[in-house]
Amino acid sequence: MTNDTEELHDLRLVVNGTPYEISVPARRLLSDALRHDIGLTGTHVGCEHGVCGACTIRMDGKPIRSCLLFAVSAQGAEITTVEGLTRSDGELGPVQQAFKECHGLQCGFCTPGFLTTITAGLEENPRPTREEAVDMIAGNLCRCTGYQNIVDAVLRASEIADEQGGEVSA
Amino acid sequence: MTTKLIGEKVQRVEDERLLRGLGQYADDLVPGALEAAVLRSPHAHARIVDIDVSGVLDIEGVHAVYTYDDLTGAMADPLPLLIPHPSLTQGRTQYALAKDEVRYVGEAIAFVVADNRYLAEDAVARIQVRFEHLPAVVGIDAAREASNAVHDDVPDNIAARFEQRVGDPASAIASAPHSLELDLHVERSASMPMEGRATVARWDNDTHRLQVWSSTQTSTGLRAAVAAKLGLDLAQVDVMTPDVGGGFGVKIVHPWPEEVLVPLAARTLGRPVKFTEDRREHFISSAHERGQDHHVQVGFDDDGRVLGLSVRFWHDHGAYTPYGLIVPIITSTQLLGPYKPGSYEVTFDSLYTNTVIVTPYRGAGRPQGVYVMERTMDAIAQRLGKDRTEVRAANFIQPDEFPYDHGMTFQDGRPLIYDSGDYPGLLTKLKDLVGWDDFESYRDNARAEGRRVGVGLACYVEGTGVGPYEGAHIQVETSGRVKVAIGLTSQGQGHQTAFAQIVAEELGVPFEDVELVSGDTRGMPYAVGTFASRAAVMSGSAVALTARMVREKALRIAAEALECSVDDLDINDGVIGVKGAPDSTIALGTVAVLSNPLRYAFDEASQAATQFSVGDPGKPPVAEDDEPGLEGRDFYSPERSTFAAGMHAVIVETDPETAEISILKYAVVHDCGTLINPMIVQGQIHGGVAQGVGGALYERMEYDESGQLVNASFMDFLMPYVTEVPTSIEIDHLETPSPLNPLGIKGAGEAGVIPSSALFASAIEDAEGFPITSMPISPSELFALRSTHEDRR
Repeated sequence: MTNDTEELHDLRLVVNGTPYEISVPARRLLSDALRHDIGLTGTHVGCEHGVCGACTIRMDGKPIRSCLLFAVSAQGAEITTVEGLTRSDGELGPVQQAFKECHGLQCGFCTPGFLTTITAGLEENPRPTREEAVDMIAGNLCRCTGYQNIVDAVLRASEIADEQGGEVSA
Repeated sequence: MTTKLIGEKVQRVEDERLLRGLGQYADDLVPGALEAAVLRSPHAHARIVDIDVSGVLDIEGVHAVYTYDDLTGAMADPLPLLIPHPSLTQGRTQYALAKDEVRYVGEAIAFVVADNRYLAEDAVARIQVRFEHLPAVVGIDAAREASNAVHDDVPDNIAARFEQRVGDPASAIASAPHSLELDLHVERSASMPMEGRATVARWDNDTHRLQVWSSTQTSTGLRAAVAAKLGLDLAQVDVMTPDVGGGFGVKIVHPWPEEVLVPLAARTLGRPVKFTEDRREHFISSAHERGQDHHVQVGFDDDGRVLGLSVRFWHDHGAYTPYGLIVPIITSTQLLGPYKPGSYEVTFDSLYTNTVIVTPYRGAGRPQGVYVMERTMDAIAQRLGKDRTEVRAANFIQPDEFPYDHGMTFQDGRPLIYDSGDYPGLLTKLKDLVGWDDFESYRDNARAEGRRVGVGLACYVEGTGVGPYEGAHIQVETSGRVKVAIGLTSQGQGHQTAFAQIVAEELGVPFEDVELVSGDTRGMPYAVGTFASRAAVMSGSAVALTARMVREKALRIAAEALECSVDDLDINDGVIGVKGAPDSTIALGTVAVLSNPLRYAFDEASQAATQFSVGDPGKPPVAEDDEPGLEGRDFYSPERSTFAAGMHAVIVETDPETAEISILKYAVVHDCGTLINPMIVQGQIHGGVAQGVGGALYERMEYDESGQLVNASFMDFLMPYVTEVPTSIEIDHLETPSPLNPLGIKGAGEAGVIPSSALFASAIEDAEGFPITSMPISPSELFALRSTHEDRR
């Protein structure tokens, strides 16, 4: 953001545990701030009108569409993006691991939004039935996989988290 | 024995990166690049009287604004007509920026580059254009009527009329015991990948070289287009396809206007420039497909055997024809499916309308063709009171009739000859999988409960693996690691995994040691692209042939080093050994060292390879007809396409009150020849079925009569979520390997989507008892159809 005519707002965000201080215009979308001001490009933008879910992140624990929020509205928030789902030892988190095992992704573009959505969903409901797993991902669009393997991945992630002591988030 | 990898469910190597958020899609690259926005036509048809860009550059942070008047040289010429055809007598393409006239809502008029997209959009909003409105031609009926013309110099709106004929269908139909006529309509849909189009370019003024990253399906095609448009030598342009967020056909057009405007701006401004399409732009300015009207006449005997088939259809190709006649030619040839009609004629008109261009979308004309043929088969069965599978079986090409020559010309200009297949075998498997023979009793029970259920099936043959060629380059490093480059791009099909499986098996190296780069013109400048289910067939074959070439060279060098015959050697896990002599081995990495006699020693490996330590001093260090290095490059170029086949069946339930359509069971049998990775093939089928369900039940492009696309968002254009797809899909494979390529592969990328409209029409018709002739079909349309048919009763 090099433009001088737009008023900039100083903003502090904690993303994946790391504090960031950025200055952005009031109209800067949170998705753009994460991707281009902070440089965490794992969060993807598929529709910019809140329908596809590719840009889903967790803000203070809740899954939200980062393309529907101005960055300034996230002042002081604790945010988790897909980059923050990997375990502290560098291994894949349970949901990531399950996606790999179940072939739950093809092009990978919608995947970050699924991973954050499912991570939040499994925290709320750690042992979903198949039907509940379907509900959990029913707000995210994927054009490649046909979803069956993603539903499998939700159930598998629940098992992996269980095997690892019940923690679904990093 | 080398570890068998072809045919194994190997987990994908590309996933780690993508799952960690470390994927690199075009918009993720070159941080700090200037960003572009495009002024797009708000009108479907208008003359541009004046464009006023004054004041635009006054906005701080805006660096450039281009209109047609700013374009010079080849940039000022129309964009290329990529695939000319003798029948395409009135082909027209648009300009990179509209000159004088716009012909669809979304056509690019001006291109603005600014510090960021927000400012670029501000600047676009300041541009004033005065238009003189012209009447819009929307839809096939309006195009055929031709009261108005899309192009002044094409008064009938017909860009091409094409016909093919085998035998004398007119007399066959006239003299057949039975005959039927059908009118069948399919709506427009679109590929709609989750990532839109995106291009980034960087010009290096010191080296006079251009680097372009694009979410294209063809890096070499884009490279040629950019070089031609910017007046550069091919050698000055590199095009890289990073991770691509889905393509399904729409990213094969080369170039899109923005793909040449971005490099132009980058060169002019001396700064990196990026264009990332937003979703509304994707709806109104990226290609659609599927919209066709068909009229069928068929004559058949008492067994349902087709004696004569005559199809006339009208293809809506939108405002321009950059991709030629590929889609309607595919419809016209592939509608024959697994059948051998006694005689066949087809004629189509490809029509201009004031709507977005039409280029292939996954399946490319086949969904319409299969819909036409399978609706015809169902109608014949209905007329004769026969089981729908019996009528199909009566028309199948038999397993002992391959290669089967239809006597027609396919989309690649080659004869339409099917290479191999077993259609009766597929049908048997499908009937078992869906429980076809038990369905009547299932239906009776459902009816007793007040439920309406129906079963449908649809069969298809898919011409896959079209040429002309693909290539591969394989290099064994002195570390033993194997670097593979293919020119074909990838947009999520797992190429890094599937092709590494082939290399590992063919070369005899550990899978983990193989690393593949795709779609980078620096690694493989000769390639065609990813479309028409050709990746596995074409690049898979090229990779196999190249691996065999490298293997041969490795064995030759090893035989010299181990002083034995090549025939005594084998490669396992990256180690060459003498058969039956476990101590006599040499690592492939060491062979790579030996293959390259150096003068200088950079490290231990090169020290071992200097010409002072290897070779016979009496001979030249590199023999005549040889090259240094353990590497090879080879190409695969097939005589003609391979032909995969499959059959789908579905059981649907239609709600007696609301007309909601639910999927109870979905079954797929499939013959794509040799499977490289069954997990990836299954994924392709799942994804294809989902797109097929979308095309059959939900997706349509709603243009109003003035040519506005009124559902240009994901809120209004309905694509399947998890709640709309079958809960599970029963899949069975049958492998009839293709004799045309070294691995017997046939390709599987589009299979899942091809039969869907035909399939759901068949099942809904079965449930409801009246004909379904227009797809997609929504619950409200089904509800309306019910009323119509009740009125008639």
